This record gives sequence, C-alpha cells and structure tokens, in this order.
Amino acid sequence: MSEVAIKNMTLNFGPQHPAAHGVLRLVLEMDGEVVERADPHIGLLHRGTEKLIEYKTYLQAVPYFDRLDYVSPMCQEHTYALAVEKLLGIDVPERGQYIRVLFSEITRILNHIMNLTTYALDVGAMTPLLWGFEERERMMEFYERVSGARLHAAYFRPGGVHQDLPAGLVEDIYSFCESYPKFIDDMESLLTENRIFKQRTVDIGIFSPEEAMDWGMSGPTLRASGVAWDLRKSQPYDVYDRMDFDVPVGKTGDCYARYLVRVEEMRQSLRIIKQCLDEIPEGPVMTQNHKLTPPRRGVMKHSMEALIHHFKLYTEGYHVPAGETYTAVEAPKGEFGVYLVADGSNRPYRCKIRAPGFAFMQAVEALTKGHMLADVPAVIGSLDIVFGEVDR
Amino acid sequence: MVEFWWSYAWPTLWIVIQILFIVVPLLIVVAYLTYAERKVIGLMQLRMGPNVVGPFGLLQPFADALKLMTKELIIPTGANRVVFLLAPMLTFILAMVGWAVIPVAEGWVLSDINVGILYLFAISSLGVYGIIMAGWASNSKYPFLGALRSAAQMVSYEVSIGFVIITVLLAVGSLNLTDIVLAQKDVWFFIPLLPMFIVFVVSALAETNRAPFDLPEAEAELVTGYNVEYSAMAFALFFLGEYANMVLMSGMTVILFLGGWLPPLDIAIFNWVPGIIWFALKVSAILFVFLWVRATLPRYRYDQLMRLGWKVFLPASLLWVVVTAGAIVVFDWYPGVVN
Repeated sequence: MSEVAIKNMTLNFGPQHPAAHGVLRLVLEMDGEVVERADPHIGLLHRGTEKLIEYKTYLQAVPYFDRLDYVSPMCQEHTYALAVEKLLGIDVPERGQYIRVLFSEITRILNHIMNLTTYALDVGAMTPLLWGFEERERMMEFYERVSGARLHAAYFRPGGVHQDLPAGLVEDIYSFCESYPKFIDDMESLLTENRIFKQRTVDIGIFSPEEAMDWGMSGPTLRASGVAWDLRKSQPYDVYDRMDFDVPVGKTGDCYARYLVRVEEMRQSLRIIKQCLDEIPEGPVMTQNHKLTPPRRGVMKHSMEALIHHFKLYTEGYHVPAGETYTAVEAPKGEFGVYLVADGSNRPYRCKIRAPGFAFMQAVEALTKGHMLADVPAVIGSLDIVFGEVDR
Repeated sequence: MVEFWWSYAWPTLWIVIQILFIVVPLLIVVAYLTYAERKVIGLMQLRMGPNVVGPFGLLQPFADALKLMTKELIIPTGANRVVFLLAPMLTFILAMVGWAVIPVAEGWVLSDINVGILYLFAISSLGVYGIIMAGWASNSKYPFLGALRSAAQMVSYEVSIGFVIITVLLAVGSLNLTDIVLAQKDVWFFIPLLPMFIVFVVSALAETNRAPFDLPEAEAELVTGYNVEYSAMAFALFFLGEYANMVLMSGMTVILFLGGWLPPLDIAIFNWVPGIIWFALKVSAILFVFLWVRATLPRYRYDQLMRLGWKVFLPASLLWVVVTAGAIVVFDWYPGVVN
C-alpha cells in the first residue's frame, strides 16, 4: 500500500452566501467539518470612498459616511462632523449636541437590532429577525421625520445638525422608548436562555482581553472580552459626559458574551435617549456662524448677505485651516475613526477612515480555527461585520 | 376474456384506483402543508404570509407548482446525470409509498399487511438514499457536505426510532398498524409511554430534516445543502418528498401514540365523527408542532446533534425498552392481541 496524501477540502464561503453578511468571500480549508484555515478576501464592495472625498467639499463628503456602515449611518457622520469641527475650532449649540447624542443612540439600537437578529438567523432562529424589523422600521421613521431619508440621512453636519426636530417627534420617541423594552424581552425569551442558542454560542470564538486588544477589537466585541473601554466614557464627545449610563462588560469573550453585551447596550441606549429627551434645551441646532453653516431660508429672502453666504456655501464650500486630526467615536460596532488632513482649501487633503469591521475581519481566522463549519456563521454574526465599511 | 378481466385486469385497475385515492389527496395535503407553514410561521412572525393569490392566498400552492413545473431543469456539467435525476424521484416515491400501509380510518388502508410497522420503518430508512444520491451526483461541495450530514443524522435517529417502535410493539403484541391502533382503545400510548412519545417526536423532526435538525439544508452554512444544484421539477420533487415525509412521520406518531382514528373519548357524540376526521385532526396537530418548532428554535450544530442522538436518545430509549419489557413480565400485562 502506498501512502495517500489526503487533501483538505477547500470551500468557498461567499461572496454569494446567505450567511456571509454582504460580500464576504471566505476561503475555508476544511478537514471534514472542522475549519483548518479561514482566509477572508475583501474588496468586492470597494468604492474608493476615501479618494472620492478628496474631490468633494467638506459638506459634500457627509453622505459618503452614511454609505460606509449602512446599518448605522448617523454615527459615522458624527465622527466626520466632529473631525471637521475640531479643525475649524467651532462649537455646536447645546440643542444640536443633544440631538446628535439622541440620534447616535437611536442608531445604536438600529444597528444592534440588525446584528442580533441576523446573528440569530445565522444560528437558525428566524423569528427574532422579523420581530426586530418591525421595531427597526419605527426607528427608520424617526430618521425619515428628522432628515427626510430612512437610511442615508446626511443629517449630522459640521456645525450641528441640519434641521431642528419636527413637532411631535420628541413625544413619539418617548413613547417608543416605553414600548421598546418589550421587544427586547420577547427577543431574549427566544434566545438568551434557549439551550440550543447557548450550545451554539457559548465557548465559540473566544478572545481573552489581551488577544482582543492585540487583534484591534473595539466596541461590544472588545467589551465582551472583559475590557471596559468605551469612548463615550473615556473621552466623551458632545454631551455624553452629562449622560448617566452603564457600560456592559462581558466575562467570557465568546459569541454568547458578545450577544449579551449588545442586548444590554440596547437597554442602556434607551436610558440615554430618555435623558436626552428630558434635558434637551431650546435654541439653535447649528453654529450661527454663517460662513460655515447655511442661513435660515426666511432670512435669505430679505438679506443680501445671507443669500451670498448660501450661494458660497453650496458652491465653493468653506475653507478649513491647515491641520490634521484623528477623531473617533464609539460607533455601534466599535471605534470608528476619521483621520482628516486639511491643507487650507475647501476640500480635505486626505481622509483616512478607520472602520471597526476591518479589524474584526482579520480576527475571523483566529476565532474560527479549529471550530466547525457551523460556527463560522456564528462567529461572523457575533463580530458584526458590514462590508460597506470594511471595503470602503 | 371474461376470466382475464376478472382475475387480472380488474384487480390491477382497482389497486390503481385505490392508489390514486390515496396519492391525490396526499398531494393536496402536501401542497396545503406548504401553505399552512408559510401562513402559520408568518403569523408567528407578525407577517401576513401568502395573501395575494386567491382568497387568503389559498391558490398559492398551485401558483408555486405551476412556476416550478414550467421552469428549466438545469443539470450541472459535472453531475452524474442518471443519479442526479434519480435522486429526487426516489425521495418522492419513497415518501408516497409509505402510505400504502397507513390506516387512516377503520379498514381504510391499501394493504393491511401484518408487518406494517416494519415496512414503514424500512421505507423511512430508505429515504436517506435520495439525499445521498443527490449530494453525490451534484458533484459540488455544499450538496456533498449536506448529504454526508444527512446520512449520519438519519441513520443515528433511526436507531432510537427503532427502539421506540419496539416499545410500542411490546405493548401491542402485533406489527399490524390496525392492531396497534385498536390496542389503544382504552388509553392512548402517549400516556403510559410518554418519554418514548417525546423521543419519537423529536426523532421524527430529525428524520425529516426539520428545524432544529435541518442541518442537511442549513441555509446559513450550506446555503440549502443537498438540493443546491436542483431546479424546477426536480427541486419540487425534493420539496414535495420532504413535506410528504413530514405528513408520513406525523401519521406514524398518531398511529403509534395518539390512537390513530379513535376519538379521544368513547362517547356517542365523538363516535359520530368519522375516524378519518379524527386522524386528520391529530396529524394536523403534530404538523403544527413541526411548524411551531421551526419558528422558535435555532439550529443544532452537527456534533451536538450526534451527541443528542447517540448519548441521550439512544440510552434513554434503550432503558425504556427494558423498563417496558420488565413491567410487562412482572405484572403479567401480556398484550391480548397475540394471534
């Protein structure tokens, strides 16, 4: 008998795969059902966002940020707006800051619904997804009422937010906050103590705190490993320093801990939303320096200066003094950062985007190695990867 | 000529008529099972389910069937054509053939053979061949993995199903399905044999590849597993076969544990209702559980499924066989139907 070399089976997981969360192409080398090597191939959704931004004025660059992680658009606009404000050295009126925090947290819930329910779908439970989308739609309507768009809002702009909250929105968001915990409870009743769900997620894809930091994890994925790191607490932006909320931290660093952390974050987000609604002051929502922000439409009708400002802003844009900044916010997925270099012109010289999902992507192999094929979707689901931001 | 007619042609014709009387209603039941599944799961998920084609979407199954029949059948280049086409036929035929011995009411059975339960067991065991052949003939990786999984899964759970059947046999003393039902005149077997009833229902879920044991077609891992490469009517046959198998396994559950066509209480008002209605109601109840489970539970992982089958169900059912046999011997409860 001559020796026979046994070849591992190579399995092309994606890019057209129901559990690949977009256009992930994962080349799996399998020994039967066990994953020996997982090689993520990225770039199928590359749109050249960073380069495109270099050819747009500072205001025109905002919508590109909606399209990065299309599940949590406003948080990314937030980063960009904060970065530009830092370079310009301007402050945002309080009402504007409250609205931003309010919608950042709504975005966080939007993102976590999407992640938790599709994650449940990946391990085979399909009902949470459809329950979740009912609630998600309600929040999309808040987006629509405030910005006119359900998804790509372009609402947070350098200097504040585009428009004030429409009448009645505060009350509606409040009543949403009252009813939303019921959905969380319903979803938890299907998943949290479900034996099959626990068997599928407990002790799968474990990261120790050190490993999690070494691999560049951030956000809920890092906190699930037991590192209490949250940019909203450690370097608060806007009015997060006035908010009273807890940062949930996991103990085990496995897929189940990541699930639990996200569920608790939704509850904490509701707390922040309620505080914002209670404390929100009256006043302007945008910086009143009309060299940087558009004047009110009514004023334009009789003020020549306002008309000129408007024209200049929407054609040439404003010039940002030369300088550079790295600004990061706690986006729902993790640390979303923008490294912005200004050269004194009306367009960014360079805009490097640090997407949390990109760092998660490199950890897929470390997390899935030695696990079974069925654990790969569970790990990918628990990492919360969206390809808009990974490929940019 | 007259003799030929009465001794050969007419009996054959009569059997064909009888088969049609079983298969046609069965296909309609299967069609409406797909409708019921979409409707029930839809309502559980706060959706409407099909509601456009016909009143309440009632014509949806026919629309689906028409669509699948008119589509193009694509055979992959690398596939083994004969086996590739044979597999769905086999799955479908086996799902139909099992009904030959199922008594849907007193005396309403195509062939009342005295090894009925063994026949059913054999037929349901053969079901795995359709899937293995499909996975192998497709010559593609996802179907192949799905087929391997399903082979292991169905074989494992058949072992415990076998022991469950033995327990029932011990209590009845006959392999004939009509006898098994009649033995439950006083008390349905799911009461004295409750643990086995549970083992059987769960194994039936695994045997028919339904959630939470739908690993062979786990869409999150294997896209749809063994039937990835199938389209049009070949796919439809798999689909019909799978749902017919669900009905068959529910029918088996009803006959073995829920008293077949017998009414729940032996009182006049219940006895007026025809047996087939009771049978249909009970089968629907079990099928509803199948759907309900699908809407509720996540999917097992392959090794967990094997562990459940071999390390939990097998010892449990083995133990219960011994307990039942012991009880029958000790208390002298020998079943009376021994011929």
